[in-house]
Amino acid sequence: MSQRGSVLPSLVDRHILTSKTRNDVGVGAFAFLFSEIVQYSQTRVSNVSELERKLADVGFDVGVRMLELLVHREKAGKRENRILGILSFLHTNVWKNLFGKTADSLEKGTSADDEYMISDHDLLVNRYISVPRDMGHLNCGAFAAGIVEGVLKSAGFPARVTAHSVASEGLSRPKTTILIKFAPEVIERDEKLGS
Amino acid sequence: MSSKGKVASSVAGERINSELFTLTYGALVRHLLLDLESPEEVNKQLDRMGQNIGVRLVDDFLAKTNTTRCRNFKEAVKTIADTGFKMFLGIDAKVTQIGDKECKMVLNDNPLIDFVELPEKLEPLSYCNLLCGVIRGALEQVSMKVEVLISKDPLKGDERFELHMKLLEYINEEYPFADD
Repeated sequence: MSQRGSVLPSLVDRHILTSKTRNDVGVGAFAFLFSEIVQYSQTRVSNVSELERKLADVGFDVGVRMLELLVHREKAGKRENRILGILSFLHTNVWKNLFGKTADSLEKGTSADDEYMISDHDLLVNRYISVPRDMGHLNCGAFAAGIVEGVLKSAGFPARVTAHSVASEGLSRPKTTILIKFAPEVIERDEKLGS
Repeated sequence: MSSKGKVASSVAGERINSELFTLTYGALVRHLLLDLESPEEVNKQLDRMGQNIGVRLVDDFLAKTNTTRCRNFKEAVKTIADTGFKMFLGIDAKVTQIGDKECKMVLNDNPLIDFVELPEKLEPLSYCNLLCGVIRGALEQVSMKVEVLISKDPLKGDERFELHMKLLEYINEEYPFADD
């Protein structure tokens, strides 16, 4: 019992070391909050791509903090410096923590060397959203893309990250693919580091 | 278009990691602070968003729990504390000092404020104002007009998180008179 002026260690630090997910919240709480964010953002933008940008910006903030938290907790403070390492960290650790499962797939783009894709058949943020017809190509997965971008950027892998809906056979809903295009310097660095 | 069955599989009890929720809320507050001029404006916006949530959340709540109609303020407050907070935020809340028209509610743990520290210049910001709006909006749907305020807030140095709720009036459903 240290003699501290304030009552608690600090609200900021309190939960950082608890590695198991503590008192989980109902999926409804998140769904409602997220839909408010989408609606609020909509009042401040004039077109669909701005809306996606805005959602991605919100996600970005989440990503930056998630990286801090997970690196500290699950990687003993060690950060990844290789592309494959950070990608599998995203696909496994980050996804598991955010959405309760690993992402469905992680692939390398076939056309370009600097492109990678993370796909999810039932992305949490898209589960409760039906896109009106006049906003056809809106994908609220932009929020998840923002998270990915935030994680990558603050881990030292600047990249352009976008979310796309991909219709696939045998599924009622399109899967969400998050396309990651790394900045040239990232690829260069990775090549220098060799195998 | 044909298979709607999949949607139904998300059962009432599905839970997600509170950190996604917490960080998302934090990101929202940050963006509101950037978008709007003053912390006071942010408070208002959070409250408004909370109310929108509350109005819809109450449907979700009533559909997934066996709550029957709450006859009065006391019952409603108890339901919120015992079931509502548990279901949505996964936390226990205790009602203290309950009266016919007023009560205080203590939240043992508030996931909204994990990892949060308020800088001094944001003193006027009521970080969890969304909660007040949610409760107000939800109770409005069951014919109760209430006022909800945060009376104790760990972000401002208090020991625990406490809400102060006050019943203003029961809304008459049959004759919706216009507000003054």
